[in-house]
Amino acid sequence: MTMSRDLIVNLVIFALLVAVAVGAEIAGQGFTVTLATKAAILGLAGVGLNLALGYGGLVSFGHAAFFGIGGYVTGIFASHAANGDPITTLPFTLMGSNEMLGIWPMAMLAAAVAALLIGALSLRTTGVYFIMVTLAFAQMIYYFAISWPRYGGEDGLSFYVRNKFPGLNTLVPIQYFAICAGLLGLALLFTAVVTQSRFGLALQATRQNEQRSTAVGIRATPVRLTAFVLSAMITALAGALYADLNRFVSPSMFSWHMSGEIMVFVILGGVGRLCGPVAGAAVFILLEHLLGPVSDHWQALLGLMLLAIVLFAPGGLIGLVLKALRRADHV
Amino acid sequence: MLLAEQVLNGLQYGMMLFLMAAGLTLVFGVMGLINLAHGSLYMVGAFACAAVAAWTGSFWLGLAASLAAAAGAGALVEMLVIRRLYPRDHLDQVLATFALILVFSEGTRWLFGSFPMYLTLPPALSGAVTLPGGLQYPFFRLVIIAVGAAVALGLWVLITRTRLGIRIRAGEADREMIGALGVDIARLYTIVFALGAALAGLAGALVGSIQSVQVGMGEPVLILAFVVIVIGGIGSIKGALIGALLVGMTDTLGKAVIPPIFARFMEVSAANTTGSAVASMLIYILMAVVLLVRPQGLFGARG
Repeated sequence: MTMSRDLIVNLVIFALLVAVAVGAEIAGQGFTVTLATKAAILGLAGVGLNLALGYGGLVSFGHAAFFGIGGYVTGIFASHAANGDPITTLPFTLMGSNEMLGIWPMAMLAAAVAALLIGALSLRTTGVYFIMVTLAFAQMIYYFAISWPRYGGEDGLSFYVRNKFPGLNTLVPIQYFAICAGLLGLALLFTAVVTQSRFGLALQATRQNEQRSTAVGIRATPVRLTAFVLSAMITALAGALYADLNRFVSPSMFSWHMSGEIMVFVILGGVGRLCGPVAGAAVFILLEHLLGPVSDHWQALLGLMLLAIVLFAPGGLIGLVLKALRRADHV
Repeated sequence: MLLAEQVLNGLQYGMMLFLMAAGLTLVFGVMGLINLAHGSLYMVGAFACAAVAAWTGSFWLGLAASLAAAAGAGALVEMLVIRRLYPRDHLDQVLATFALILVFSEGTRWLFGSFPMYLTLPPALSGAVTLPGGLQYPFFRLVIIAVGAAVALGLWVLITRTRLGIRIRAGEADREMIGALGVDIARLYTIVFALGAALAGLAGALVGSIQSVQVGMGEPVLILAFVVIVIGGIGSIKGALIGALLVGMTDTLGKAVIPPIFARFMEVSAANTTGSAVASMLIYILMAVVLLVRPQGLFGARG
C-alpha cells in the first residue's frame, strides 16, 4: 500500500514539473520554463547526491566538486570548439566539441575519476570525519579553480552558444527543458532500478548496519565507493546541463554553498525518497523566486524554514505529505 | 631573513586557526556535535569588535565586546537550537547549522550592510618591532601568536586542573553517569559551547583587525578549521594545536616557496600562476597524507 503510494507521489512530482513547464510554454511565459529547467537540473544534482546520501548513508558535503567538474568540462569543450585549439595534445590530441552527446560522457568520466580518488580517501573515515573530508576536498578544487588562470580563474568562463543536441534546437527554452527533464527521468529510473538491485540492497544494508552486513559477506567499502562514483557521475551530468543553461561556468559551482544547497534539496524533499530531491529543488527555486523580490534577505527566511524542517519534520516535505495522507485514511 | 618572516606569518596564521579549531573540537569531543555555524560566531565577534570600537573609540572595549557577543550568541543558539540536535544524527546537525549560517549571515548583512568594515589598532599594538637579527615585524602579529599560546596554555590548565575541566572530561567519557552524579549537563553543555564561541569571536576580532570585517568572512576559516581537526584528530585540543600550526606553516611556506621553485624550470609568470595553484592545494594534500597514514588523525582516539 505505502509502496504504491510512494510511487504515486513520485509520479505526481515529476508530472507537476513537466506540467508547469508545458503550461508556461503555452501561456507564453518563457521565464517560467527556464525556472522549471533550473529545477529539473538542480533536482538531477540532488538525485545524484541522494544515491550516496539517502541510500548509502554517505553524508557527502563535497558534491559541488562533481557538479563543478561537469560544468567546467562542458565549458572547456565548448570554448575549445569555438576557437579551434585542441584541449590537449598529450597523450593524444583531444579537440573541443559542441555536441552534448559527446560532452556528457566526458563530464561524467572526469567526475568518476575525481570521485574515485576523493572517495577512496574519504571512505577511510566515517561519520563526521567523512563530512569534513569531502567538504575539504571540494574546497581544494574550488581554490584550484580560482587560482588557475587558464580557464578564467576567479572570473569564470563564458561560452556564447549553447551546445547542440541532434534533432533539437537547444536554444528554445522548452526544447532544452525536454532534454533536462528527459535526463532527470532517466536518472530517476536508473536510481529506482539500482536501489532494487542486489548492489542497491547491499548498499542499503551497509547503511543500516555495517557489522551485520559484513557478517553476511558484504564488503562495505567497495559497495560504498561504487555508489559514491555513480552518485558523482549523475551530479556531474547536472553540472554539465547547468553550464549549458547559463552558458557560463564559474568557481562558485565548486563552492561549499553549492554543496550545501544540493544537500538541502535532498533533505527538503525527504532523504532516501526517489523524487525527494526534485521536490526539494523545485520548492527551493520557487522560494527563491517568490521571496527574492519581497525581501533581499530571503536567505534568512530560507534558513529559518530549513531549521523548522530539520527540527520538526525530519521526513522532509514528502514525509509530511505522506503523513497527511495516512492521517486522512484514519479519519 | 625572508624565511624567518614567513615562519612567523605561518605561526600567526596557525595560532588564529587554533583559536577556531579549539572550540570546534571541544564541542565535538564533549557533545558529539558538528557545528558549521562556528564560522558565524567568528563573524559575530569581528562585527561586535568593529561596531563597539567605532562607537566608543576604544579597541580594548571592542575586543571585550567580541568575546561577550560571541559567547552570548553561542549560549543563545545553544539553548534555542543546538540543544535539540545532540540526539540527532550528523546529517541533521549539518543541515540545521547550515541553516543557522544563512540566518546569521543575512541578519548581519541586515544590521551592518554589505560593505566591509575596518578596525584601527591602538598605538600600543600597532607599528613594527625589530627582532633579534634585524628583522622588522608587525607587533600585532606577534600579539596574535602570544594570544594563541596563552589560550592553548589556559585551555590546558582548564581541562586538566579545574573542576569544570574534570566535568568536561567526564562528560566526554560518559554523559549519563555524570548526570546521575548530579552534574547539570544542560548547563555544562551551554558553558562549553559558549566557551568555544568566545574563542571563535576572539579569533574573528583579531583577524578582523589585520584584514577586514565582512559578511561571510568566517566560512573559509571554518573549512580550514575542519582540515585542522581532521589532521589533529577530532576531540583533541592538543591535536588542534599541532594541526593548526602544521596547516598554518604549510600554507604560508608553500605559497612563499613553491612559485620560486617552479620558476627554475618554467617561465616566471607561468611559475607564479601554476605555483600558487599548487600551493593552494598543499594543505589538502597534507590532509590526504594524514588520512592515508592515520585515518583517525594524529591524536584522535576514535576511528
